[in-house]
Amino acid sequence: MTGNNIQLDEHGRLKHFLTIEGLDRSLLLNILDNAESFSGVGDRAIKKVPILRGKTVANLFFEPSTRTRTTFELAAKRLSADILNLNISSSATKKGESLLDTLRTLEAMHCDMFVVRHANSGAAHFIAKHVAPHISVINGGDGRHAHPTQAMLDMFTIRRHKQDFRELRVAIIGDILHSRVARSEIHALSTLGVSEIRVIGPRTLIPRHVETLGVHVYHNMSEGLKEVDVIMMLRLQQERMRSALLPSASEYFQLYGLTEEKLALAKTDAIVMHPGPINRGIEIDSKVADSSQSVILQQVSHGIAVRMAVMALTMGHSDARAGDGDAD
Amino acid sequence: MQISIKHGRLIDPANGIDQVMELHIRDGKIAAIGKIPKGFKPDLSLDAKGQLVLPGLVDLSARLGEPGREETATIASETRAATRGGITSVICPPDTAPIIDSTAVVELIHQRAMTQGHGRVYCLGALTHALKGESLARMHALKQEGCIGLSNGLAPISNSAVLRRALDYASSCDMTVHLFCEDQSLSDNGIVHEGIMSVRLGLPGIPGTAESIAISRALQLIEETACRVHFCRVSSAQSLPMIAEAKSRGLPVTADVGISHLYLTEVDVADFDSNCYLIPPLRGHTDRDALRQGLADGIIDAICSDHQPQNKDAKLVPFSLSEPGASTLDVLLPLGLQLASEGAAQLPTIVRSLTANPAAIAGLETGNLGVGQAADLSIVDPDAGWTVTVDSISSSGKNCPFLGWELHGRVTYTLVAGQLIHGQAET
Repeated sequence: MTGNNIQLDEHGRLKHFLTIEGLDRSLLLNILDNAESFSGVGDRAIKKVPILRGKTVANLFFEPSTRTRTTFELAAKRLSADILNLNISSSATKKGESLLDTLRTLEAMHCDMFVVRHANSGAAHFIAKHVAPHISVINGGDGRHAHPTQAMLDMFTIRRHKQDFRELRVAIIGDILHSRVARSEIHALSTLGVSEIRVIGPRTLIPRHVETLGVHVYHNMSEGLKEVDVIMMLRLQQERMRSALLPSASEYFQLYGLTEEKLALAKTDAIVMHPGPINRGIEIDSKVADSSQSVILQQVSHGIAVRMAVMALTMGHSDARAGDGDAD
Repeated sequence: MQISIKHGRLIDPANGIDQVMELHIRDGKIAAIGKIPKGFKPDLSLDAKGQLVLPGLVDLSARLGEPGREETATIASETRAATRGGITSVICPPDTAPIIDSTAVVELIHQRAMTQGHGRVYCLGALTHALKGESLARMHALKQEGCIGLSNGLAPISNSAVLRRALDYASSCDMTVHLFCEDQSLSDNGIVHEGIMSVRLGLPGIPGTAESIAISRALQLIEETACRVHFCRVSSAQSLPMIAEAKSRGLPVTADVGISHLYLTEVDVADFDSNCYLIPPLRGHTDRDALRQGLADGIIDAICSDHQPQNKDAKLVPFSLSEPGASTLDVLLPLGLQLASEGAAQLPTIVRSLTANPAAIAGLETGNLGVGQAADLSIVDPDAGWTVTVDSISSSGKNCPFLGWELHGRVTYTLVAGQLIHGQAET
């Protein structure tokens, strides 16, 4: 797809990080290896490496987000970059400024990287297509399309617990239809070669033609969880009940909420993941969320290392080493 | 002024003609086909050797920018683009600003077409007041002012009782209703076809049933009201058997397809190319193939440009925030010819769907080369290649999804009522 070539420079290196789709396995593994090298930085007394010193990263959030924005901010700071947080939904666009004009303004401030969160699918692609050539764009979530750093931190977490992707059976459970996380996870898992990807949910929340992405569809959670190594839960938005997609949160929990009984159907060493923030008692039972099989909090801390890796790679540091050197 | 066109291959499906013949024009009308009439002394002879002589194309839907969007396009700019593309009659849907629901707007468009336009411009009047789908527009007054049909544009009539009454009333006014069928509760803010791309790109999808359910409803009401209905911009494979069945039962229905839908599919949206954001959406391969088959089989009567010029800014935003529509006046004829060379249908069938059929649907006498008819025609070099670029497009709208395509077929001359309005005559 031409849509993905835009992510690579003329040497095939990562220039923008917009979607997992179209990136090859070695590139994804390279991101994970780099993230591994950065993962120790947060444990040090001085939590910084000088890789992006003198660079300016702009967080362009056209849609509110706390978690993703904060981890990108921390990642940039640990790489010694200057960071600019722009909550654009409440400023420029309301004054009628076009997206392109906003970009030109930020380019004039000599930013080097844009992290973009936008409510519309394709927004990060659009920005990458139109920014000045020296600027890298990282997709922090666009519409229902993609959330590639979330998917990579999930892959990172899986690799920490499981040896070989190719032997894994993974189930993604919940609102696949509206989920950019699910789409990116599916692309990442299939590129890394897992043996089976299952999506589990009611027909109203599973998009038609999803099987063209190479997944198996289950509407019965008990069947879908059998022999599964990794369980990836998705967040359920309250508005789904209002738009005739689901009758009630409690019925959803009954059918698709992850309880201890249902968890027991998966492999005994299965891990439970969730992109957060979790709705206890709607998609996941508290006991499961807090159990030893849950890796939800690890995902959060891995998010910083993975975002550091992606930022370093897109800025041309292909052999990023989080050495002990001269951190400032 | 007397004009002779020599050595060209005349294709006039309405009169069953497809052969190299001369054509002679006098006083704006076709005076003779074949041998030169006695006493006919042409002031001008056009050599059409190796070229096609076609009836002027009749485009059932082209938005011209006026009134309301003059900063994007004008009747002058778009009718010029049309005639350069061999289109001599364009029909303007009612969703202008202001809407064509009053005679004043019709008068304005006709006036401007007369003073600044290059071909013939016709209007579809609004079916419901302000296109709101609530109360009836003044259909009879619109007809008297010259509207050749009625339409609600792309706006829905969700209330079936209103649609039924609108069809009843239009029927009693003896007017054809051009109906775009989409159940808006099913399209539900969708942006692209619900298919492999909507799931991949995470763009809200519009199922094919949004169209076919609306067509099904309309067909039952047509049966009750006996109103002549023309289905606009059919896009979905499952609509075709219903239309075919209705035709076989003798219901007064016809259908058209936009040229883009005969070539492009949902896959062309892959790069978030906002020029491929169309209403109805580009659908799947099977839909496109079924539309082509429907054209060959006569289920689809007409091909239109569905031209909708947009300015640059309207498309320079993320896909789902962009304005829908494509600029297609320049490519309608060459893409039409290409359908024949690709074997989708015979050339006369294609020409008929671009000329005689849309003329009949619009109630116009044009669209053929019959003796005594107004001499609206074009001479086309079918082998002349050109590349679709921002610069090679005549329309003010550069939002063409075919940018970069290599096409064959260039119009060398266009005549409207015997007047040479495109092409340099060598005297």
